[in-house]
Amino acid sequence: MVPFAGHAMPLQYDGIIAEHRWTREAAGLFDVSHMGQLLIGGDMALAAAAIEALMPIDLATLPLGGQRYSLLLADNGGILDDLIVTRWPGMFFVVVNGATCAADLAHIAARLPAGVTLTHRTDHGLLALQGPRAVEALAALGLEPAAPGIVPVEALWFMAAGPYRWRGHDLHVSRSGYTGEDGFEIAVPLAAIAALADALCVHPAVRPVGLGARDSLRLEAGLPLYGHDLTPDIDPVAADLRFAIARRRRAEGGFPGHGPIIAALADGPARRRVGLLLDGRLAAREGAVVFAGDRAVGQVTSGGFAPSLDRPIAMAMVAADAPDTLTIDVRGRRIAATRTALPFIPHRYHRKGAQ
Amino acid sequence: MPRFYTPDHEWIEIDGSHARVGITTFAQGQLGDITFVELPAVGATLTKGDSAAVIDSVKAASDVYAPAAGTVTAVNDGLADAPDLVNSAPESDGWLWDMTLADAADTAGLLDQAAYDALVAGL
Repeated sequence: MVPFAGHAMPLQYDGIIAEHRWTREAAGLFDVSHMGQLLIGGDMALAAAAIEALMPIDLATLPLGGQRYSLLLADNGGILDDLIVTRWPGMFFVVVNGATCAADLAHIAARLPAGVTLTHRTDHGLLALQGPRAVEALAALGLEPAAPGIVPVEALWFMAAGPYRWRGHDLHVSRSGYTGEDGFEIAVPLAAIAALADALCVHPAVRPVGLGARDSLRLEAGLPLYGHDLTPDIDPVAADLRFAIARRRRAEGGFPGHGPIIAALADGPARRRVGLLLDGRLAAREGAVVFAGDRAVGQVTSGGFAPSLDRPIAMAMVAADAPDTLTIDVRGRRIAATRTALPFIPHRYHRKGAQ
Repeated sequence: MPRFYTPDHEWIEIDGSHARVGITTFAQGQLGDITFVELPAVGATLTKGDSAAVIDSVKAASDVYAPAAGTVTAVNDGLADAPDLVNSAPESDGWLWDMTLADAADTAGLLDQAAYDALVAGL
């Protein structure tokens, strides 16, 4: 157990590599209850406008039960947090990082108009069930759709969500996650979370997975981690998160940092987040300096051994004009590294239209 | 052959003027899955307390310090392909290097089994 975002959390159970591989092959269960669950409600039109004033999201095209990745931005375009917004009946459900939750609450609360409410929901936890057999394991619990028109969990598409009932408890299930695999995130009352975790672990495909493998899984999936790959000094264009800047919002503006972000989109960023494949077996970690020849061109923002690739990989923030062939200073030694497209391994989401 | 331990969780087994060095079972458990071991060069001269090897795991890179002064005579080449031997057999097949000792009588700072076990029990 290790301290993390004010919680005591398991780093590993069976070992990071074994848990990582299990998640890619079967299903890993993660307790991610450290993440913040926020409800923004009141007048929905006002609430949508208030959220759009904080992040470059397009809520006009977000249907009921739909969810979208977005970024809480500072006035200079720097990233204050990355998060997921889901449209519920009568409110927006926002899941934020644990370490940034308190700051996010203060930031959002200070910017909400009258008629819009903000609630930090602390009586619910969050479980993530991730991997190719996650759907089979969750379906086996027999969750009941809790509203008209809600499909069984196995029929949810990636980034779709809905309310369900399980043993008399109200759950909120979304087909999403942060491992690159198909899977689900389940918001569950704290009174029921242990029973739900136990029930899921009864399934032979499911094993518990700790923070260590969560990090190696998301790194292989090319997904940035706030506080490491994303910071207030990094804007969405440098972060290679252009997809999170909705088309309508690019044209209309009205979110913090619109000017600098549009300029970065037009001119190209001065530096950007890239993926690096390292030669040899020695891993480069956060803070390691990246060189093009003798010129320092950036820093590793997260890195480690990739169990699925059996080699070390890293994400780094480097000068946009950095070449593809680089070296990284690891403990005084120069390790050869090659820029590569992210993700390192293909995402296997259950996207709409898939079989 | 007497085996001693360091407070940094290396072991050293001394046989006259020669010795074999590795890390302890406790140490490998703390490191987690080991992915790479960088060993000293054969012929390298080690000063007691020097960083002589680096063990990279899924969690972090960690130094292995020389428990004694001397010269490296052999390294465990099997670790290149199977670094996880240090996880599965840290005190036997997962040894790190052999060395000749500059002063075989210098066991200052080394712990015997009972003292090391007491140290680990208190962690």
